[in-house]
Amino acid sequence: MTFYSILFEKENIQKEAAKQPDFFSDLNLDQVIDAIAARKKDYNLKPFFYNHLRDAETIYYRHEVMRDLEDKVLMACINAFAERMIIVQRYMRMVEKLDSHHHKQGWILEAVLLYCEAITNFAHELEKINITSRGLIAFHEYVTTYVHAHTFQALQKEAQKVKHELSSVKYCVIIQEGRFSVRRYEGETDYSIEVEQTFEKFKQGAVKNYLVDLYKGAGMNHIEAKILEFVALLYPKPFAALDQFCAVHSRFMDETILVFNREIQFYVAYLEFIAEIKYKGLNFCYPQIGVNREVYDYDGFDLALANALIYTEKPVIRNDFYLNNPERIIVVSGPNQGGKTTFARTFGQLHYLASLGCPVPGREARLFLFDQIFTHFEKEEDIHNLRGKLEDDVARTHDILVRATPDSILIMNEIFASTTLKDAVFLSKEIMAKIMELDLLCVWVTFMDELASLSEKTISMVSTVVPENPAMRAFRIIRKPADGLAYALSLAEKHRLTYEQIKERIQS
Amino acid sequence: MKVFLMHPNRDFDPKQKLPFNEDALTQDLELNTLFNAMAQGDEFLFDVAKQSVLSSLDSPDAIRYRQEILRDCLKNPAIVREIYSIPIESIENKHRHWMGIFSKYPSSILNGAVEMLEMFVVLLKKLKRIADEHAQEFESPGFRRFFAMIQQELDDEYFAVVENHLKVLKFRNGVLISAELGNGNEGTNYILRKTNYDNQNWVKRILARKSQAYSYSLPPRDEAGAQALENLRSRGLNLVANAVAQSADHIDSFLNNLRLELAFYIGCLNLSEQLAQLGGPIAFPQPAPSDERRHSFTSLYDVALALTMKQKVVGNDVNADGKDLVIITGANQGGKSTFLRSIGLAQLMTQCGMFVPAKSFSASLIKGLFTHYKREEDTSMQSGKFDEELGRMSVIVDHITQDSMILFNESFAATNEREGSEIARQIVMALLEERAKVFYVTHLYELAYGFHAKQLDNAIFLRADRKSDGLRTYKLIEGEPLQTSYAVDAYNKIFRLNEHEKDI
Repeated sequence: MTFYSILFEKENIQKEAAKQPDFFSDLNLDQVIDAIAARKKDYNLKPFFYNHLRDAETIYYRHEVMRDLEDKVLMACINAFAERMIIVQRYMRMVEKLDSHHHKQGWILEAVLLYCEAITNFAHELEKINITSRGLIAFHEYVTTYVHAHTFQALQKEAQKVKHELSSVKYCVIIQEGRFSVRRYEGETDYSIEVEQTFEKFKQGAVKNYLVDLYKGAGMNHIEAKILEFVALLYPKPFAALDQFCAVHSRFMDETILVFNREIQFYVAYLEFIAEIKYKGLNFCYPQIGVNREVYDYDGFDLALANALIYTEKPVIRNDFYLNNPERIIVVSGPNQGGKTTFARTFGQLHYLASLGCPVPGREARLFLFDQIFTHFEKEEDIHNLRGKLEDDVARTHDILVRATPDSILIMNEIFASTTLKDAVFLSKEIMAKIMELDLLCVWVTFMDELASLSEKTISMVSTVVPENPAMRAFRIIRKPADGLAYALSLAEKHRLTYEQIKERIQS
Repeated sequence: MKVFLMHPNRDFDPKQKLPFNEDALTQDLELNTLFNAMAQGDEFLFDVAKQSVLSSLDSPDAIRYRQEILRDCLKNPAIVREIYSIPIESIENKHRHWMGIFSKYPSSILNGAVEMLEMFVVLLKKLKRIADEHAQEFESPGFRRFFAMIQQELDDEYFAVVENHLKVLKFRNGVLISAELGNGNEGTNYILRKTNYDNQNWVKRILARKSQAYSYSLPPRDEAGAQALENLRSRGLNLVANAVAQSADHIDSFLNNLRLELAFYIGCLNLSEQLAQLGGPIAFPQPAPSDERRHSFTSLYDVALALTMKQKVVGNDVNADGKDLVIITGANQGGKSTFLRSIGLAQLMTQCGMFVPAKSFSASLIKGLFTHYKREEDTSMQSGKFDEELGRMSVIVDHITQDSMILFNESFAATNEREGSEIARQIVMALLEERAKVFYVTHLYELAYGFHAKQLDNAIFLRADRKSDGLRTYKLIEGEPLQTSYAVDAYNKIFRLNEHEKDI
């Protein structure tokens, strides 16, 4: 099996998108992806999340890799490799900026040593792990061959030899006012130890540590560079060997491994991210994905919200949904602040994440392999936009409907709020008819109950209240006819203004 | 080098946690009067007195170790005070010359530390001289060990070595630092090396040898270079500066420990001098193991009262050997509270290794001292007075162990006599069965009489004495509880006076 990429099985490798899709901020996917990518800044992972897949086969290819990576041992071994590779790359970036010849070469040598160690260990560790995914099996074969090849072996041995010789160099610096000398070390004793021993007898238990933290990052000033220059004159042989080594091995990193090192982080970052969410008792699952429009997800939730609540005691509300043929459109109504928007976002997020080949929020799911996602969330009024708000809404909706195909997903959130109810119902019905005609999957959040039962293609879901305390919303969205009463009733009860309450109060 | 004057094998811990009831003990036993007498206005002495009196020793041997040292102190007060002045001088020197190790740079740390060490050497020499001159006048194992250590560790040869280091550590001729090539060929593992030459001009000699060397002089205006060179020097000096500074700290804390461990004895000297002025006797107590029941003394007086009144006060003779329960009843103003306080004070003084205010005193050690006194007012207004008393008792019960001692002073009288007696009886019985030692001053006749009627072998009953004319002697005598506390005396004293006036 030839190894192409851990993200794509064959040579169907996508170009990386630079820009996040338009619907990201409406669905709060920008928050999710930012949070995922933030933990892996070195890799520029965001572009991986900006392109969704259109073929189920690649999605399943990724599922396999994800499942393999749920093995903690494999994950630890990937992480160990990645950490070393980050340092290797930092060294190489640093080398670019250095002036002193011996200094530069010294860091190239460190980079080579660490690179060899990283890959040798990685290949060795992978040996012990039971890998089942096509992607990782192919990569393992690749890296094993690479490590055993003569080129790599020679590189490692030679680097170690040069390093060994340099480490044996020991020299002395004599520092005086405005002047210093460098010569070989000739066995002079450690004076600190002698001083310590002299005063040993006074030891009274713990005292303060007076060691000054003189840590400085890698780098040399011109005095240190001068000293190194002198040291190289005192010990010409090891430095000559270093010169020779660097001349031969200027390009030592393998491109395929470098690419793998970055791409595998797509999985690592996502799995690490959801691991924290799982601590809150929330489930993720690998969805079935395909052209079946009978989608469902049980115990799904808004991943952005879950992430925001991660360090709080607040529970994350889970919701179920399912669509049976010919149902296509979920009309969500009910009290405000009842989790309607969250539900709509969840629907979009689930589909998008599934299309990346990622496990999605929920216990069990079947999701649709869409071509595009469109969202229409209410936007702030824009002063530069000469059209009025209503007109703007209509224009945006039109724009979406022109571009949408039957394979698209559409999420509408409280549009047409800036007109009379009558007008809004009229417009909505018109647009709903077009959506039904397209036969695409749609979630429509609205305050208009009328939309919930327009045809057999629509189903009604309603945000609910807690029965014992109607003023407190439960944020759960359930499938039931829209009655438009729940919220108003709960408020009335709270103010003791229901029919029974008012009668009771008057009678007493 | 350890001072070890408070314990035979460990340092005195000035931060040792005091008993949870230190405030109650301090209040009920008037401990601050004792501490003030020991401190004579010196805050440090006060703190050490408080700390040592309240952290009781738990074995007769540990107590005798201090008692013997204290005997030496009482015999040689001037020499002991002279030794005590050495750490004081160190503190004064530091204040006067702004000495200390404050800097963030190794070279200044080194300079500060060397300066301190030079000052310490002078003081240590003084300590050595005292040891040489007076060691034979001391007999206690504690002082003998201390002086022997000083003489052995701080001989002339040692001072010569130290003084040589202090000279070298100024590095007038530059420093020799070894290094290795670390990652990226950057210098690492900087270690200050001792030159193989003793004399001043070692640099010239090193560089004059045949071995290859390369030198570089900084151009005059290369300030960055000078700074870089100084940083490198800092790296070299870092370890040695740390070693020297820590050594200085160690000697500093040796002197501080000396001050700390002598402070207790200085406090005892101060106290003994005041008691001697009042003509109050002192005696070294005989400590007995805590599982025995010994408590007998002659002329035991309340040291707090004596110090407050600035006069000799009446002492009591009691033999309560073999007793677990001592019930004290009798006349108001008859010296019951004073007696109870003298019991508590003597116990604490015994257990910190001090003398006691008595002609003779022997007692078994206890594992904890508790006081349960009637409190004047319930300041919190949260709970009734009786409730409050029970609350405090409950906290004591949380902490009490076998072989503890508890002093009750008119406890549980904040209700009617029958209820108070019954509750107190149940509490006392439970405590006795758990092998606690109980002293109970009470007006609760039912309580006192009830215990008396039991004819317990391990109980003794004391009564505040009253002559038939109602005059108090302030002495306690052994005797069964009486049903009156002679309040009538007090009543009469006031009212008769008024009647007398009326008659006129």
